[in-house]
Amino acid sequence: MIEITILSGKGGTGKTGITAAFASLANNTVFADIDVDAPDLHLILEPEIKEENQFLGARIAKIDTQICTNCGFCIKECRFDAIHYRTEGGLEVNPFECEGCRLCERICPFKAISSEHSTNNHWFVSDTRFGTMLHAKMGPGEENSGKLVTTVRKNAKEKAREQNADFLLNDGPPGVGCSAIASLTGVDKVILVTEPSKSGFHDAVRLIELVQKFEIPLYAVINKCDINSEITKQMEYFFITQGIQLLGKIPFNEDMVNAIVNRKSIIEYKPDSEIAEKIKEMWNKVTEPIKELK
Amino acid sequence: MSYKIAICSGKGGTGKTTVAVNLFSTIQTKWTKNVQLVDCDVEEPNDLLFFKDAKIINRSIVNQSVPVIDESQCTFCRKCEEYCEFNAISIIPSVKYASVDPNMCHSCGACLHACKFGAIQEHQHPIGELTNYSRGNQTDILEGSLKIGSPMQTKIIKDLKANASEESDILIYDAPPGTSCPVVETVSAADFVILVTEPTPFGLYDLRLTVNLMKEMQKDFGIVVNKAGLGDREVYAYLKEEEIELLAEIPFNREYAGQYAQGKLLSDIPPLIEQEYMKLAIYLKNRMNHD
Repeated sequence: MIEITILSGKGGTGKTGITAAFASLANNTVFADIDVDAPDLHLILEPEIKEENQFLGARIAKIDTQICTNCGFCIKECRFDAIHYRTEGGLEVNPFECEGCRLCERICPFKAISSEHSTNNHWFVSDTRFGTMLHAKMGPGEENSGKLVTTVRKNAKEKAREQNADFLLNDGPPGVGCSAIASLTGVDKVILVTEPSKSGFHDAVRLIELVQKFEIPLYAVINKCDINSEITKQMEYFFITQGIQLLGKIPFNEDMVNAIVNRKSIIEYKPDSEIAEKIKEMWNKVTEPIKELK
Repeated sequence: MSYKIAICSGKGGTGKTTVAVNLFSTIQTKWTKNVQLVDCDVEEPNDLLFFKDAKIINRSIVNQSVPVIDESQCTFCRKCEEYCEFNAISIIPSVKYASVDPNMCHSCGACLHACKFGAIQEHQHPIGELTNYSRGNQTDILEGSLKIGSPMQTKIIKDLKANASEESDILIYDAPPGTSCPVVETVSAADFVILVTEPTPFGLYDLRLTVNLMKEMQKDFGIVVNKAGLGDREVYAYLKEEEIELLAEIPFNREYAGQYAQGKLLSDIPPLIEQEYMKLAIYLKNRMNHD
C-alpha cells in the first residue's frame, strides 16, 4: 500500500477538488480527509457513516471554587496565562487558553484543580461511491488538530491494509505547522498542488523545504496555470532545480467551481473536458510506475 | 488601547490576505496613518509580498524554552516523563537514557516541577522570527514567521501580538486558516472579526465552522463575500437565516486575480472593488465609535 498526501502550503489552491478528481479515477483506494480544521472532501464524496469514534482531545483544567483558597499560585505558574480572577471573585480557567499541561493540577497546594479531556472531537469510517473514506469533525477552537490528524491517518492505514488497498490518498491541510507535519510524517509520496501567484509560490517553497526535511518524494501540480504564465514558468524551472516531477498544469476554468456546486468531481461533471483529461494523465503518472513494480 | 480587527476564514484561499491588505491600505490612505497590519499567518506569511516599498526596521528571533536533562544528575525516576502531557520526554532507565524532543515540547514547565534532583534546566530553542517593516517613519507592518519544521505556531502568534503597538488607533490581524488553536490565539484579543468567505459549498461549510467558533468565543463578527459571482447563492441564504451581517461583497474579476498573482493588489483596483473596501472601512469606523 502506498500512502500519498496532497498538500499546498497556501490554502485554496485546489487540493480538495483535485483529490476528489483522483478519487473518481482511483481503484482499490482508501481516502482520508486530514484537513481536520476545515474538512471539505465529504461535500463531494458524500460519505455514509458506518462507524463513529470519539477522539479524546487535550485536557482542560477546572478549578473547584469550593476548595480553592484564591492563593494565586497557579496563576503565577501557568505559562499560558489561562487562569484569571473572576470579577465576581474566585479563579477560573479560560478553556481556549488552557493547553492541558496539567501543571496547575499537579502543583495546587489544596488539590482544587482537576482536568478532563475535551470530548468534542470525532472521527468516522464511511462508505462512498469511490470506496472507504475516513474523516473527522473537530470541536471549535480545539488544541490538538495534529494529534487528530495522526489518529485519522493511523486508522486509515489500518483500513487500507485490511482491504489490501493499493493506495491511501490523504487530502491534507494548508500551512507548514503542526497539522501539516502530522499529515506527512512517514508517507510515501506528497503531491503539492500550487497556483502561480507570488503567495502561492512563496508558500510552496516553504512546504517543499518541509517535505525535503522529511526526505519524502514530491510531485507537483500547477493549478490555475494561466492566471499568470510568467510565474508558472518560474515555478516549472524551480521544480526542475529541486528535482521535483511536475505531474501537470491545469488551466483556470469555472467548471472546477461548478463541479463542486453540483457535488461532483470534475471527472464526473465534465468527463470529456480538457481538465478531466489532464487530471487522468496526472493520476496515471503517479500510479503507473507503482503498478509496474507489482 | 488600539481597536483590534481580526480577519479570518476557516477555509484557506478565500481572500483573507487580499481583504487585510486592501483594508489596511484604505484605512491608511483615507482614515488614519496610525494603523498597523499584523500578519498572524505565521506558517505562510504573505502580506509583505504586496508592499514592495517596505523596509525592515527590526528583526528578532522567537525562542521557546525547552528542557534539557543533565544525565549526570538524573536518577531516571521517570517522574518528568509522567508529568509531560505532550510525550516530549523519553527516559530509558536500563541504559540511562534521558532526552527531550523540542518538536513535541510545549514549554509548559511541568517537568521542572516534576524533577526533585535539579537535573532539568531550560535552554532557548529558536522557533521563528518577528520582523517589523516600515514604509515611512514608523513601523506599520509586522510579520511572524515560523521556522520550517517547528509546530509552535501559536507561541509565535502570541509574541507577535505583544510586539504590536498599543498606541496604534487600529490593529489589523491577518489570521491563519482553520478553526483550531492558532486561530483562537489570533482572535482572542480582537474587538471585531471579519470572516472572509467565497460563495461555494466549501466556503460555506467552513464558514459555518468558523461562525460556531466565533459564537463560542463570544466575538462580534461580520462577513465579506469574496469572489462573488462564482459558485452559487447558498451563502446568502445562510447569512439571512442566521441574521449575520454582510459587510461587503468583492466581485470575482479575472484580471484583478492576475494582478493579485503578481503582488499588485494595491494598484489599478477596479472602482467597484475599491468602493466595497470604503464601505467596509466606514462600517468599522462607525462600529469603533459605537463600541
